Amino acid sequence: MNASKRTAKSGTRGVTLRTAGLSLRLDVRGAVVGLLLIAVALVMGVVLIGTGDFPIAPADVVRTLFGNGTVAQDFIVNELRLPRVLVGLLVGAALGLGGAIFQSISRNPLGSPDVIGLGQGAAAGALTAIVLVKGDPGVVATGAVLGGVLTGLAVYALAWRQGVHGYRLVLVGIGTSATFTAVNGYLLTQAHQEDAARAVMWLTGSLNGRDWDQVWPLLAVCAVLMPVALGQARNLRMLEMGDDSAYALGVRVERTRMVLMGAAVLLVASATAAAGPVAFVALVAPQLARRLTRSPGPNLLPAAWMGAALLVTADWAAQRAFGADQLPVGVLTGMLGGAYLLWLLVTERRAGRI
Amino acid sequence: MTLVSPAKAGTETASAPPRRRTARRATGLVVSLGVLLAIAAASIAIGAKPIPLDQVWHGLFHYTGSDTDVVIRDVRLPRTILGLLVGVGLGLAGAVIQALTRNPLADPGLLGLNAGASAAVVSAISFLGVTSLTGYVWFAFLGTAVVSVLVYALGGSRSATPVRLALAGMAVYAALYGYVNAVELLDTAALDKMRFWTVGSLASANMTVVRQVAPFLLVGVVLAVLLGRSLNAVALGDDTARALGSNLNRTRALSMIAVTLLCGAATAACGPIAFVGLIVPHLVRALTGPDMRWILPYAAVLSPVLLLGADVIGRLVTRPAELQVGVVTTFIGGPLFIYLVRRRRMAQL
Repeated sequence: MNASKRTAKSGTRGVTLRTAGLSLRLDVRGAVVGLLLIAVALVMGVVLIGTGDFPIAPADVVRTLFGNGTVAQDFIVNELRLPRVLVGLLVGAALGLGGAIFQSISRNPLGSPDVIGLGQGAAAGALTAIVLVKGDPGVVATGAVLGGVLTGLAVYALAWRQGVHGYRLVLVGIGTSATFTAVNGYLLTQAHQEDAARAVMWLTGSLNGRDWDQVWPLLAVCAVLMPVALGQARNLRMLEMGDDSAYALGVRVERTRMVLMGAAVLLVASATAAAGPVAFVALVAPQLARRLTRSPGPNLLPAAWMGAALLVTADWAAQRAFGADQLPVGVLTGMLGGAYLLWLLVTERRAGRI
Repeated sequence: MTLVSPAKAGTETASAPPRRRTARRATGLVVSLGVLLAIAAASIAIGAKPIPLDQVWHGLFHYTGSDTDVVIRDVRLPRTILGLLVGVGLGLAGAVIQALTRNPLADPGLLGLNAGASAAVVSAISFLGVTSLTGYVWFAFLGTAVVSVLVYALGGSRSATPVRLALAGMAVYAALYGYVNAVELLDTAALDKMRFWTVGSLASANMTVVRQVAPFLLVGVVLAVLLGRSLNAVALGDDTARALGSNLNRTRALSMIAVTLLCGAATAACGPIAFVGLIVPHLVRALTGPDMRWILPYAAVLSPVLLLGADVIGRLVTRPAELQVGVVTTFIGGPLFIYLVRRRRMAQL
């Protein structure tokens, strides 16, 4: 195996790893950023496990995770707080990856699942389950996945006109999103007060009270869909050059797009089912990842790590920042994300891209 | 930007001699007024307890204090009047925004103006303990004004594209929605008040509400109607308008004031109602052509027709419960918005 170093024209430094049968070009900066993000996500995960009414020092957390803690620590760490952190990491990664796929397909930094209405659609499904069916958490999760997937299909079909791309997808999504917002508002008025409080809590996106029941299904979905999505990354990168160019390069354009969007919709819907519609992680994570790696293309993996790191950090901040009042993580990401969206709009406009 | 496509909209009437065209438009306006009266009567007559029209007449003009008369005077009439006022406000606000931004997809709700009002109102309820509408209304104005300036600065000025404006509205909406959510979660009493207010409903209407918002709406209406000619100039594009001696900055400033008054008062009175300001000016433009001096009066008459109609539908479909009017308008408006997006051949689409 030898490694050759070269600097590509775009300025990204790449290392090409070659063995007899396999050659892999590794973007050094991208890889370093990826590793750093994983490290941040894990460290914040440990910090988050240690945070709460019974603070536990990071060293104790790690020792407990490896099975050497006291009985009390073992209960708090492994039964109460670890599942919450795992759900946070998985939801963040799923949202980050889903967002990166959507933004790449719509060729628009604003084409995230939040803007396109998937979150609202999933929320409508979940609210139906809470308010009309009065279902247990499993039913609510199923409702959310169904709502998200149906919304995804509807938006895709409605935005279709000799292919789906660009701003039409975003605008159709905004219309869909507005419609579901009304549906959700209506369902909320139909609820009894305690159901309404539960629904609003769910609608904001929260990791409170998540346990192993949420971890396993989400883990299964991620384990299946993330490799599928990553396997299409090369085709996705060619799609970014435009349908015609991609077609000329041998990419089956609509098929690639459908597989990727299907995976992204399912990832986002499952994440929403587990934690509620946590706003803006899907919008922000891919953009931050792209800025850090300075690499063109969809940056799928860094976006996923970034999403995980962001969500866990935001959850920690939401628990710590407001004193006695613990806010759900979605409130924090919502406010920060909205501000970020405004900033993005200003810079995109200055650069003349919108 | 010729998204409004004046040429196309005008061809239908261009062949008719000007005087006949004017006569036809005037007739149309009178017919629309008739429709509005009929809808208003229906709005008083139809409800959990249907009231025959002769009794409606009796209750309105020969009040004797019978149970039916009381229902009419204290419940149905205020509700209908408020629907009328709010409809006029939203329709005119939509027409002015669409003209000002040369953007056929503009709507006070989609641009986040309602969200601005919501954020201000929820702050007032939760932090300042404001409970009366007299209190809300000022906060609603403040929120609407701040957001309208913000969205316009971000997405609307100069080379406005529908996409940029919609996204600016979306961004503002999202940021404020997060804030409203946070406040509601920390203060369940506020949540209980807000969850009914935020869907947009006429159900809590009474004469006090009507009296409080009417003056603001009235000023807004007069201002909007007076702006008709200046807004026609805006449609020609900045350079042409300036060359024709139009004072664009004054037009913009006055338009924003009108929109703030109209939309702020409407939102304060019955919560955020989306899509009325989008749908009606659109349909009206197809009827009258691009002349704002006709679009504005038509929008003022037909928007309450839509709003009162939606309110009546909402009362009919889930009897004896009712569907809030904001939900009904969204069910009508959302699909229409998507249809417009699909139909329009815009460069960005």
